[in-house]
Amino acid sequence: MVKKVVTGNYAASYGAKASRAEVVAAYPITPQTQVVEKIASFVANNEMDAEYIKVESEHSAMAACVGASAAGCRAYTATSAQGLALMHEMLHWAANARLPVVMANVNRAMGPPWTVWTDQNDSLSQRDTGWLQFYCENSQEVFDTTIQAYKICEKISLPGMVVLDAFILSHTSEPVEIYEQDRIDKFLPKYAPRYKLDPSETHAFGGLTTPEWYYELRYKIQSAMDEGLKEIESVGKEFGKMFGRKYGLIEKYRCDDIDTLLVMSGSTASTGKEVIDRLRDNGERIGLARMRVFRPFPKQEMRKLAEDVNKIIVVDRNISFGNEGIFFSEIKSALYNENIDVPIYGFVAGLGGRDITMKDIEGMIKKAEGKPGDIIWWGLK
Amino acid sequence: MKLTIPEEELMGHGNLSCQGCWGSLAMRYALKALGKDTIAVIPACCWSVIDGPFPYSCLKIPVFHTAFETAASAASGVSAAMKIKGKKTTVLAWAGDGGTFDIGIQALSGASERGDNIIYICYDNEAYMNTGIQRSSATPYGAWTTTTPGKKFKSAPKKNMVEIMIAHKIPYTATACIAYPEDFIKKVKKAKGFQGTKYIQVLAPCPTGWRYDPAKTIEVSKAAVDSGIYPLYEVENGVYKINKKVKNKTVKEYIKMQGRFSHLTDEIIDEMQKNVDREWELLLRKEEFYGHTKK
Repeated sequence: MVKKVVTGNYAASYGAKASRAEVVAAYPITPQTQVVEKIASFVANNEMDAEYIKVESEHSAMAACVGASAAGCRAYTATSAQGLALMHEMLHWAANARLPVVMANVNRAMGPPWTVWTDQNDSLSQRDTGWLQFYCENSQEVFDTTIQAYKICEKISLPGMVVLDAFILSHTSEPVEIYEQDRIDKFLPKYAPRYKLDPSETHAFGGLTTPEWYYELRYKIQSAMDEGLKEIESVGKEFGKMFGRKYGLIEKYRCDDIDTLLVMSGSTASTGKEVIDRLRDNGERIGLARMRVFRPFPKQEMRKLAEDVNKIIVVDRNISFGNEGIFFSEIKSALYNENIDVPIYGFVAGLGGRDITMKDIEGMIKKAEGKPGDIIWWGLK
Repeated sequence: MKLTIPEEELMGHGNLSCQGCWGSLAMRYALKALGKDTIAVIPACCWSVIDGPFPYSCLKIPVFHTAFETAASAASGVSAAMKIKGKKTTVLAWAGDGGTFDIGIQALSGASERGDNIIYICYDNEAYMNTGIQRSSATPYGAWTTTTPGKKFKSAPKKNMVEIMIAHKIPYTATACIAYPEDFIKKVKKAKGFQGTKYIQVLAPCPTGWRYDPAKTIEVSKAAVDSGIYPLYEVENGVYKINKKVKNKTVKEYIKMQGRFSHLTDEIIDEMQKNVDREWELLLRKEEFYGHTKK
């Protein structure tokens, strides 16, 4: 094992290399650019045995990944914001064709106005495409999750998105453990799909399908997502045994014996953890749930957490216009039919990369009193 | 005279084409030329339907149905997969004129510039036929379609996609016409021999959209070539070669066979004739210039 000081972006590149991605098709976009630059240099230096297609757009990037994956290859791409939005049609295609493409998405706010800083609206807008979504807290997790994502996605035949915050993660260097390749190979064997484009066994993929069968095909995607919940946990556990870092659906930080639950995702959760430490030291009964997985949504886990508290505070670095913060909505909907009657406060903060500081988080916790509204804007000028 | 068309059939009888569909015949001939070790990538076009509904396919090769604008890009992905796996399988991107001239031109230009190893065949029926005859940029000047109705017939000329592809300096570009199957097959086979992106544009008349009796297709197709409107030529590493150097029919003879041009006045037809003559002359000069300098 070697420890390298790398950015979140390079952690994604190393993750693709460690996963032995065979076809990479990508288009540069700030702040993802270094992911593909690094992969280009890996391929050029024969450090990575892959075909790198330097496509002319993100739409073509995902189309090429879809084609390569259908032909039985492990396919990889990376993008951000506008690029992800341009891919949208092909995100559906990858999922509906049941292809385990894995990509990194660097969370960047959508324009206009032009912006390159972080928020989650780009990836969360792809909520219903059938992609698994993992939100990473640090560079190590980006590397680890890329490898796990292939294993999970290839098992359930759905694509997966590894998400990291623009700049805060993408451009910040920190130590990342890069495990020995033979151990990674043992954890993640070669991709061997049951069906692929192969002239010795001819099939037509994605042909016109009438209402007689379409409905069942969609049911199967939902079933695969359900299976995904279990798979994410078991793969995360196996990863822990092998490499010393265990992963799951929701990371529970100091959640024992609490009456208030703070819910965050991405790198902001690190700031949240600092706040939790400070408040716990002052005797407050508060813990943090870091949402690592957004799709499939970990409803059961969230219900279990919610049952034992009398207040939930959700910090969303995103917004569904006309409604509210997206994690906030999803959490509420997971609880409603279970009669878990706990007040939930939904804060929208840090859009377009505005800092969410410890002071902000402490302020939100203080403000979460009385009848919770639908949406609470934090720090609005 | 004995025809040289291969006997192998890689397209089955059960397919969903319209009566007298020449786009389906084009596929049949193309696969005869390419053989069994081929993967087809088909974007939205008539062939999304013709291939047959799930779980059927009329093709005896693997088919990947893909989104409208992604024939070339998805094929690039399949081609990269074949390369990394060390396979020689031919990757065929098979798209209509809408998927090629219009919505798919970016992906095709990208693949061509990169030199991705695919054979791209555009079966050109000169409009969006799958959605029911709407104009595309392959629709010729003067034609009626459902989006260029009545006096608002198409007022822009057909996009010269073949020259756009030649400008990419790909190793092989050719036109073909379904009335000349041996020429088409020869070109598809030739394309298979090149590394990189190869482009063949085959005129595949659509009796439904062009408004003529399906029994007349061969006659109509031949007239397209013989009038010089759809010349048969190929460009191999920059060298032009006209495959059928006769021009013994008039534009008028060609368009009078088709209902889609029935509204045109003699004045307009004369103007069209002048344009065709000029284009033909230009092609002859290109052959003369590029046909020798590169040798």
